[in-house]
This record gives sequence, C-alpha cells and structure tokens, in this order.
Amino acid sequence: MATITEPPNVAPPSLAAPVEPPRERPRAIRTRTLDELSSLVGSLAGSLALVWLVFERILAWSGTLGFLVCWYVAFLALFAAVTAMSNPRPVVVDRLASATVHVAALIVAVALGSTLLYTMWQGIPALLHLNFFSQDMSGIRPTDPLTQGGVLHAIVGTLIEVAIAVAISLPLGIGTAVYMTEVDGGLSRTVRTVVEAMTALPDILAGLFIYTTLIVAFGFPRTGLAAALALAVTMIPIIARSAEVVLRVVPGGLREAGLALGASQWATVRRVVLPTAKAGLATALILGMARAVGETAPVLIASGASTFLNFNPVEDPMNSLPLFIYTAVRSGEPEAISRGFGAATLLLGLVLVLFVVTRFLARQKVGRR
Amino acid sequence: MTVTTAAAPAPDVVPDDEPRILDPGLARTDRVFHNVARAIGVFVLVLTGSIGLFLGYQAIPTLRRYGLSFFTESQWEPERDVIGISSVLLGTLEVALVALVVAFPLALALALYISEYAPPKLKSTCVSLVDLMAAVPSIVYGLWGFFLLQPNVIFLSRWLSQHLAFLPIFKVDTDPNAAVWAQSRYTASAFIAGLAVAMMVLPLACAVMRGVFAAAPIGEREAAFALGATRWGMIRSVVLPFGRGGIIGGTMLGLGRALGETVAVLLIISPAFDIKFHILEVGTQTTSALIAGRFGEATASQLSALLTAGFVLFVITLGVNTVAAVFVGRSRSGASTEI
Repeated sequence: MATITEPPNVAPPSLAAPVEPPRERPRAIRTRTLDELSSLVGSLAGSLALVWLVFERILAWSGTLGFLVCWYVAFLALFAAVTAMSNPRPVVVDRLASATVHVAALIVAVALGSTLLYTMWQGIPALLHLNFFSQDMSGIRPTDPLTQGGVLHAIVGTLIEVAIAVAISLPLGIGTAVYMTEVDGGLSRTVRTVVEAMTALPDILAGLFIYTTLIVAFGFPRTGLAAALALAVTMIPIIARSAEVVLRVVPGGLREAGLALGASQWATVRRVVLPTAKAGLATALILGMARAVGETAPVLIASGASTFLNFNPVEDPMNSLPLFIYTAVRSGEPEAISRGFGAATLLLGLVLVLFVVTRFLARQKVGRR
Repeated sequence: MTVTTAAAPAPDVVPDDEPRILDPGLARTDRVFHNVARAIGVFVLVLTGSIGLFLGYQAIPTLRRYGLSFFTESQWEPERDVIGISSVLLGTLEVALVALVVAFPLALALALYISEYAPPKLKSTCVSLVDLMAAVPSIVYGLWGFFLLQPNVIFLSRWLSQHLAFLPIFKVDTDPNAAVWAQSRYTASAFIAGLAVAMMVLPLACAVMRGVFAAAPIGEREAAFALGATRWGMIRSVVLPFGRGGIIGGTMLGLGRALGETVAVLLIISPAFDIKFHILEVGTQTTSALIAGRFGEATASQLSALLTAGFVLFVITLGVNTVAAVFVGRSRSGASTEI
C-alpha cells in the first residue's frame, strides 16, 4: 500500500461551463520530503556535536552507553524543535514516533547481532582445532589446553536425542492438530484446552516429570532416551498447537471442493489440507526442533552430563551441546569457557542450518503448487 | 409463500414409507482416519493431562506437611526441615517483570516497525530475523548475558542505584559513590538475569503483535490516510486499537515464557534465599533454577517438595497463558478464512 488514489472529482452540474478540475495527485505516504530528511540529518549531527561537547568536554562523564542515551534524548528534542518550526503538531508527533520505532528496531538488531557475533567470536579459538570435532572429553580435565578433547560426544548426543524426540513428537503433534481441526467432536475441544495448557509447562518440569516417574519410580537409569522423552514432552504441545493454527487457516473452500469432488475426508486431508499447509507445518516443526535442540534443563535432569562418546540411547548418560556448554562454562576455567563458546557456536550453526533448510523447503513447496 | 408439490393421486395401498437415508455415513477409510486421529488425540490428551495431574498429586503430601508456611517461608533448607518458596517466587516474579519491562516496549516498537515502517523489501528479512531470534537457544542468551552484558551493565546498575536509590527496588547495600566501588555487589542480580530473559521474551511477543498488526483491515488504514492522518495518526487510530488483544496476549505469552526460563537464569544469578526487592543487588533465586540446582541430591520427600514448587510455577504460567490465549484468540480469525 504505497499510495492512495482518490476518486476523480465530479464537477457540480449547476455550473454552466464545466471547469476542468485540477489533476489530483495521489498522496505520497512512504516518501520522505526534503524538509524531513534535512531536519533528520541536521538534528542527528547537531545533537551529536552538542552532546559530545557537553558530555565529554564540559562534564567529563564517561561511558558509551550514557553517551548514546544522551545523544538519543538530545536528538529527539532537537528533531522535535526543528520540525515544530515549520510543521503542525501531528507531523511533529509522527516524526518523533517514527524516530522512536526505528531506534527500538536498531536496539533489537544490535542485541541480536551482538549475541550471535560475540558467541562466534569467542568460539573461534576452540573451533580452529580439528580435535574439537573428532574427540570427546573422556579423561580430559577442564584445564587441559584446547589441543585435547572435543565435543563429538555432545554433537552425537544432541543429534540422537533430538532425532528420537522428533520421531515421537512429530506424528503425535501433527496427528493431534489434524484431530483438533478436521475431526469434529466434543473431545477435540478438551484436547485443545489441555494441549494449550501444556504449552505453558516450563521445560524443567518436563525433565522433572520424566526424572520422577521413569528414573526414580520405575528405576530406569538416566539415559539419552530419557532425555529424548523429556524433550518430546516439551515438543508435542508446541508442534500440536502451532500446527493447529496453520491447519485452521487452510481455507474451508478448499476442503469443500475436495469433498465435493467425491474424495473421502482422509484423501482430502492428505492431498489438499496437509499439502496446502506444508509451509506452515514445516515452520511448526522447526519451532519445536529449535526449541528441543537448545533445551538444556530436561537433558540436565533426565540424562545428566557425561564426558564420553555414546551412541546407545538406552544405556549410560548422553551429553548434549547445551548441557556441555552449561557445565563447561560453570567450571570457570578459561579453556573450558572457550570450549563452551565453541560448542555454542556449533549449536547456533545447527539452529541456523535447521532454520535455513526449513525456510528453503517451505518456499520451494509453495512455489511448485 | 408455500411451495406446492404436484400431489400424486393417492394409491390404494400406502406402503410404509422409509425415509431415504441422506447421510451415507463414513467411508471405511474415513472411519479408520477418524479413529486413528481420535486415538492420537486421546493419547496426547492423556499424556499431557497426566503430567499436570501428576504434579498436582505430588504436591499433596508436601502441602499437607508444611501447610501455608510452604508459601510464606523464605528458606529452602531440607536438612533443617524448613522449606518454603516465598523468596523463590518473589525472585521468579522479579526476573520476569524486569524481562517484561525491557521487552515489552521493544517488542511493540519492533512489531510496528516490521508491519508499518520497514521498506517492503526488508520486511520478510525482518520477520525471519525475529524467528531466528526466537530459535536461538536460551543457553546462548545466558552466555551473552553473563560474559558480554554483565561487565557492562553493572555500570548502569550503579548509575541507577546512585540516582534512583530513593526507590527501594534500585537500592543496593553498598556505597555506590565510593571511589573503589564494590563491583561484585552489582553482579549476578535479578536485573541482569531479567535482561537475558528479555531476549527470549521479545521475539515471542513481537511475533504475536506483528501478526495482529498485519491483520488490521486495509480499508480502515486507507480511510485514515484519506482523512489526512499522518502515519503515526493512522497507527494510533487503526493499528493499535485493532491490535490491542494481540499486544496484551503477546506480552502475557512472553511473561509465561519468562517465568519458566531455567538455564540462562541459572547461569547468571547466584542463589540467595532472602526476601528482597533490590533487583540490582547480587543474588536471587527462581523456581526453575531452584529445581535445577537441587534435584540431584534430593531425597524422595525433597523431590516431592521440588515438584510442589514446580507445580506452583506451572499453575502461575498456566494462568498467565490462559489469559493470554483469551486475548489472542479474540483477534484471531483463521477459521473464517475463505478463498
């Protein structure tokens, strides 16, 4: 919606000679006028100079954060004053609101960017060593140099645990969503209520639930499988709920068209509803997966940290990347912290790959339809 | 107006009319489909429902043993048989509130930026970035908060305690104006943990708000512009009133997330079981951090006490999320989408 066109003026019929109405120009909404641009640039520069003078020279304060805040406040004041000289009040308010919104977006961008870049920057030293990817931490002390030990066990553990959790929660989650949207019945409302309620379950309680039932009550050992089950418990409601939202947005006309062509409901769901919602379902899956990959608390409780490579999810504890990061950083040794950041970078990379792959898949499927 | 049908001449013998069955019933595939779907639904219902019931059931013996003092006692010392969650709940709320106070304006402004201000080409990138922000593991935000934020934020904490100490929440029990000020008094506080949690709340709240803003009716937007409104005028008179449900609901969803956050908080705070409102000061405790820290050496009865603390947390987040769902649900209209 870039421009608003107005209906052509109709000349009043009473006039004897119809006057040619002046050509209406659509009102430009998105463009900046020269006035706005110059007051913006001028206020930015002026407030910077002013604050630098007062802050650094006259008051001799220090601190980048304080400087930025003062600059921002001075900028807002100057911008408002300059705008008010030649514009009515609504325009002043509009420009101040615009400046505030843009700065807030910038703050979030800086926060996100600093999170990602700082983690990767700190992770580089560990990632430069090949053994970081090919060894586990058995027999390695936290203080040992980075040339020894690695996070292979945590990578393998994360992949196995998340794979099991997805294998359990994906069919259950999407099946529940299909039940809630496609199959009528009084029970589906109850299911929806309970599933929505369980998205509120703090992740640590899922771990504590598995710990108390499986491990304490039934005496199973703490294993990767227990951690995967705890992850699945946190994932099912997330996937079910976001998948349900997606399925509900599938237009009813498509379903009716499928049924009107004589297809059974199952065929309609399989060939019309699910393919239409594929992109959204992929997003639901990735939301759940990204959550599970980064989940620390359930693994901490249900499996516990380990230092050795373990491919068997039903025997012995299995570490995961987030848990490895947590234990490494908690030890407080510089080498261990470095390893922790290396693992965090790997974890971020994993999340990023998941993210990009799902985006790509979703886009491709939509394009082909 | 009545519809008359051509009445056939009445036959001599009237056979018993069987009404034609209009509903053919379900095909076999559909019956299987319905039953399988129902089975999955019921299974998930039982599974998830049993967790809630289990937590509630586990809470009974603890509540019976400690009674109301479970909610008023601040110390958690199972070895002395003194167990209570008042300080823990207070810490949980403090961290969550700090997170909300920081995240809410940013999320609102970011959602407005994406839906109203961003250039059209940048819009989908921004949406992806917010989704990415939601997908970043909480431990990474914990690292960010602990290693990057904390050394910088203590100066802000000190400044706040210097100038706003007349408000009890900004007070710190040390002299902020000392030449060599006690930096460690400002670390590991609820404030810093709240800032890290805000990074997790923000994308969640922003996504909900943006969805509602984008659904604001285009006709009313154009009407506002046609009446000569500035962009902010349009936002204030159309987008914000239309999205009010989403703003409240998204914020409360974020609050639910903030209350349950574990590992970022666990990494940043140093545990302390005092009832205190000084959010800038070192030491606090949250429910999930308590559970993560204590479950390992817990005996059966202590485990039950931890489960009770967890249950209380769950009830709170459940209440918050339910209210949020009511608000968000009012503004969601997916069911009526037509081609």
